[in-house]
Amino acid sequence: MAYQRITLTVNDLTETVDVPHNMTLLQMLRQKLSLTGTKNGCSAGECGACTVLMNGEPVNSCMVLAAECEGATIVTVEGLAKNGKLSKVQEAVAKAGGVQCGFCTPGMMISATALLERNPNPTDEEIRQAIVGNLCRCTGYFRIVNGIKEAAKM
Amino acid sequence: MANAKSKEKPSSPIGASLQRNDVYEKVTGSAIYVDDLQFGNKLLYAHVLRSPHPHALIKSIDTSKAEKLPGVKVVVTGKDFPERMGLYLKDKTIFALDRVRFIGEPVAAVAAVSEEIAMKACDLIEVEYEVLEAVFDAEYGASEKAPLIHPQLGEYYCPNYLFPKPGTNISNHFKIRRGNCEAAWKECAYIVERTFHIPHIQHVPIETHGAIAMMDEKGKMTIWASSQSPFAQRNIIAQALHITQTDLRVIAPLVGGGFGSKAGVTMEAIPAALATKCKGWPVKLMLTREEEFFTNFVRQGLTTHVKVGCDKDGNILALKNVMYWDAGASTEYGANVVRAAGYSSSGPYDIPNIETDSICVYTNHPIGGAYRGFGMSELHTGIDQAIDELAEKAGFDKVTFLKKNAISEGDIIVTGMKMHAMGIQECIDNVAKSIEFSKKEEPTSPDRVRGKGIAIMWKAPATSPNPGSSAWVELAEDGKVTVGLGGQELGQGTFTVMAQMAAAALGVKYEDVRIAGPVDTQYSPYEWQTVASRLTWSMGNAVRAAAADARRQILDVVAEAWKENPEDLDIVNGVVVSYKSEKETPLANLVIYGLPRENNGGWIGGPIVGRGSFMPQYITNLDLETGQGPRAVVHYTVGCEGLDIEIDKNTGKIHVIKAAASFDVGKAINPELVKGQIEGGFVQGLSSALFEEIRLRNGVMTNPSFVDYRIATAPDVNFPLDVPFVEVPQDDGPWGARGVGEHPMVPTIAALGNAIYNATGIRLDGPPYSAEKVYLAMYDAGLTK
Ligand code: FES
Ligand code: FES
Repeated sequence: MAYQRITLTVNDLTETVDVPHNMTLLQMLRQKLSLTGTKNGCSAGECGACTVLMNGEPVNSCMVLAAECEGATIVTVEGLAKNGKLSKVQEAVAKAGGVQCGFCTPGMMISATALLERNPNPTDEEIRQAIVGNLCRCTGYFRIVNGIKEAAKM
Repeated sequence: MANAKSKEKPSSPIGASLQRNDVYEKVTGSAIYVDDLQFGNKLLYAHVLRSPHPHALIKSIDTSKAEKLPGVKVVVTGKDFPERMGLYLKDKTIFALDRVRFIGEPVAAVAAVSEEIAMKACDLIEVEYEVLEAVFDAEYGASEKAPLIHPQLGEYYCPNYLFPKPGTNISNHFKIRRGNCEAAWKECAYIVERTFHIPHIQHVPIETHGAIAMMDEKGKMTIWASSQSPFAQRNIIAQALHITQTDLRVIAPLVGGGFGSKAGVTMEAIPAALATKCKGWPVKLMLTREEEFFTNFVRQGLTTHVKVGCDKDGNILALKNVMYWDAGASTEYGANVVRAAGYSSSGPYDIPNIETDSICVYTNHPIGGAYRGFGMSELHTGIDQAIDELAEKAGFDKVTFLKKNAISEGDIIVTGMKMHAMGIQECIDNVAKSIEFSKKEEPTSPDRVRGKGIAIMWKAPATSPNPGSSAWVELAEDGKVTVGLGGQELGQGTFTVMAQMAAAALGVKYEDVRIAGPVDTQYSPYEWQTVASRLTWSMGNAVRAAAADARRQILDVVAEAWKENPEDLDIVNGVVVSYKSEKETPLANLVIYGLPRENNGGWIGGPIVGRGSFMPQYITNLDLETGQGPRAVVHYTVGCEGLDIEIDKNTGKIHVIKAAASFDVGKAINPELVKGQIEGGFVQGLSSALFEEIRLRNGVMTNPSFVDYRIATAPDVNFPLDVPFVEVPQDDGPWGARGVGEHPMVPTIAALGNAIYNATGIRLDGPPYSAEKVYLAMYDAGLTK
C-alpha cells in the first residue's frame, strides 16, 4: 500500500503521520493519533458524528482523505476544553441537558463552536441550520439548541 | 461542637435536577464507547458473508479459497455452531444452518488481520443456494397457503407463556376473550372499523453495533460490546457456545444509543463464535450503517384491524383488535412484543368487552426485536385513531370522550388485573390545556389548513415474569461511595439517577457517589437487561436497598462504639450524628477500619458493603384462550400527547405549531432528565410518524442509508414542546418512581394522525405521514389541486 507522510496541526500540536492513500481523516485521528473523541456513525458524510474543524471550517472527517490534510489545522472535540476548563459551548450544552448517550455530542460541539465563531448571535433557526447535518437520536435537539443559545450569551 | 454538620440542612437529592455524572466525559470526547477500546496489533477484524436471498436452502458452502487467502485467520459457518438461541423463543442460530430466511442473514464469517482481507475472503466463499418461495406479508404468511419458514417450529424451546403453532408460520398467538363482544356490538349505538398498516422502522442509534471477543487458552471468553444486556448476552452466548456463564465475561462500555436494538443477542455472537477458533486473539466486528439498518433488529411491521363501539352516552362497550405482526425471519424476541401488545390491547381505556388476536408471523423480512415502546406505538396507532373517530361519531368532544372512558384506579383491566392509582385524567388535562385543544384556530396562511390531535397511552414493562436487579454499595477511606450495578447507561441518565438514590438512602451528598463502571459481568451485580423502562423502578429498588443496608451496618457500628441506640443516629452529608448525645463522626475511615472500643478494648466493625436485590414475584401467566389471570404486569405508566399542526395545501408538508406531552412518572427523581427523556421520545415518535419506513421490495431494504431513510433533524423540531409531568406515586417504586423511557414515543403517531384528520377529514391508513402521501390524499379528497 502506498503511504504518504503528512505534517499537520491537531489541537495545537504539530503531528507528522504516515498515512495510506485511502485513509480518511477520521481514521487517522482515531487510529494514528488515538483521538477517539471524534465518532464514526456512518462513514458516508451523512450523520455528522465525525465533524471536526479543518482550517476553521466544520467538515465531516470521514469524507476527507488524510493525505489532503498536509499543512492543515485540525481541531477535534478533545481540543475544545483548555486546561480542564470546558469551552462555552461544552459548558452550556452540558448545563442545558443537551447530552444523553453522547455519541452525537463531539460533532455537535464542533458544529456549534464553528457557528459561534462566524455568527456570535445566531437566531434559533440559524442554530438549527448549523447542526442540520448532526443527527441526534436521543435528545430531540431542544436542549442542544438551548445550550448553544446560552453559549452565545456567555 | 454540637452537631454542626447536622444543622446544615441537607437538600435531598431526590427530585433535584442534578447534573449528569457522565457529562464531562461526553462533552470532552473522553467518554469511552466500544469502538474506542484499544487492543493492539493482535486485533483481528471480522467480516460477515450474508444471505442475498430472502428464503433459500443452502446446498453447499465452500470456504477453502477463503481459508487460503494470506492474512485470514479463521473462517466459520453454521455447521460449526448449530445450537439454537434466543431470549424467549429459541429459533435462531448464529449463522444460517441449512436455510436462509432473510436478506442479510449471516451465512459465514471471517477473522483476518485487516478489514480489507476479511472482506476479500468473504468474496471467496462459495455458497450454492436453492431459492424458495418467500413470504413478504404477515396475513398471507399466517394463511395455509404460505410456505413454511420454520418447519421445525415444534422442536424449538419456548417459555410457557408463548403459544407457537407448529406446522404454520405463527410463532405466537396471544388471545384476549373478555366479556362478550358479539353481544356488545348489538348494544352499541356507534361503531368504527378501521385497518391500519404500520411499516417496519429501525432504531437508528447513532453508534452502530460493535463487539470484540477474545477467548483465552483455557477457554474463558471476554466480550466487549455496545450492549443493553451484558448479563442476558452472557447467558445466551454461553449456552450457544457450550461454555459456562461463569467463563463468559461481558464488559459493556457506554452505549451510543440503543432504543431496544442492543438488547438480547444479535451480532455480538459473531465475533464470539470466531474467537473460539483463534484462542488468544481478539476479534472485532463493527456494523456498517447499512448493516445496522436491516441485518440486526428492526421494529416489526403491523397490520391491525380495529373495531370499537360505544353506546349513545359515549361509553365504550366493546373493542376488537386483530393484529398481524410481520415479525421477520426470527421471532426469538419479537414473539414477546406480540404478547405485550396483546395483554395491553385495550389501551388505557375501561372497556368491558374485549376480543384480541395478536398474531406473530414469520416472514422473510428483517428480524423484529425490542424497539422503544415494545409494540405499544403500533397498538396505539390503531386504537387511538379508531377511538378518535368514535368520539366524533358519537358527537362528543374528544377530550371529554377520553376522560370519560379512560381507565381509573380499581377498574378491572383487560387481563383481569386491578388497576393501580395513576394520573391519566391529569395528563389529559395538561395536554388539552397546553395546546388549547378546544379552541378552534385559524391557519397562519391561506395556503394551509390547521388541526389538533390528541391521544392517550399506557405501557407496562414487558419482560419475562421475574427479571431481577441487584446492587452493592461500598465506601472508601475518604468516606465516599461507590455503587455497583449491572444496568446500563444508554443516555437515559440511569447512572445519575442511581447515584441520587444511593446518596439519599445513605445520607451522603450526590457529588460523593460514584458508579462502578463500565458494567462488567465479572464484577458488577446481576441485572436482567436495560429494557422496558424498568431500571428507575427495579434497579432503583435494588440500589436503594443496598444503600440502606450499608447505612444500617454503619449505624450499628457507631451505636455500639458510642453505646447508643441506632435509632437515635443519622447520617447527614456524610457525617454520622447522634440526636441524643449530639456526638458526630465523619464516615471517612470508619467505613473501612471500624471504630475502636473504649479502654483499648479492640475494634468494632470493618469494611462496609451494602447489598440489595429486587425481583417482582407476583407476575402470573395468563390463560391460553382468554388471556385472563391475576396479574399480567407489574404496573402501567400512562400519558397523553397532543399536537397543533398546519398542513401546506400545495405540498402536503406538516408543520407542527405546538405540541405537548404529559406522563405520570410516579416521582421524578431528576425532573430535568425526565423532561429530556420525554422530549427525545416525542421527537423519535414524531420522526417515525413523519418520515420513517424501511422500504421492503421482495425482501430487499431499498433505503439503507441516512439519505434515503430520513430521521428528524434539528430544523424539523422548530416548535415548542410542553412536557408537564404528573406524579401519582407507584406503591412499590423507589420514592414512588416508575419508568418513562419508552412511553413518550408511544402515542405520537396516533396523535398526529388525529390532528391530520382534524385538519383535513382524511384518515390515512398508516405512517409515515410524508408530504407526498398527505398531498396525494388531499388531492384525491378534492382539498387541493
Ligand atoms: S461518520 Fe462522518 S458523517 Fe457520519
Ligand atoms: S445524545 Fe445520543 S445521539 Fe445525541
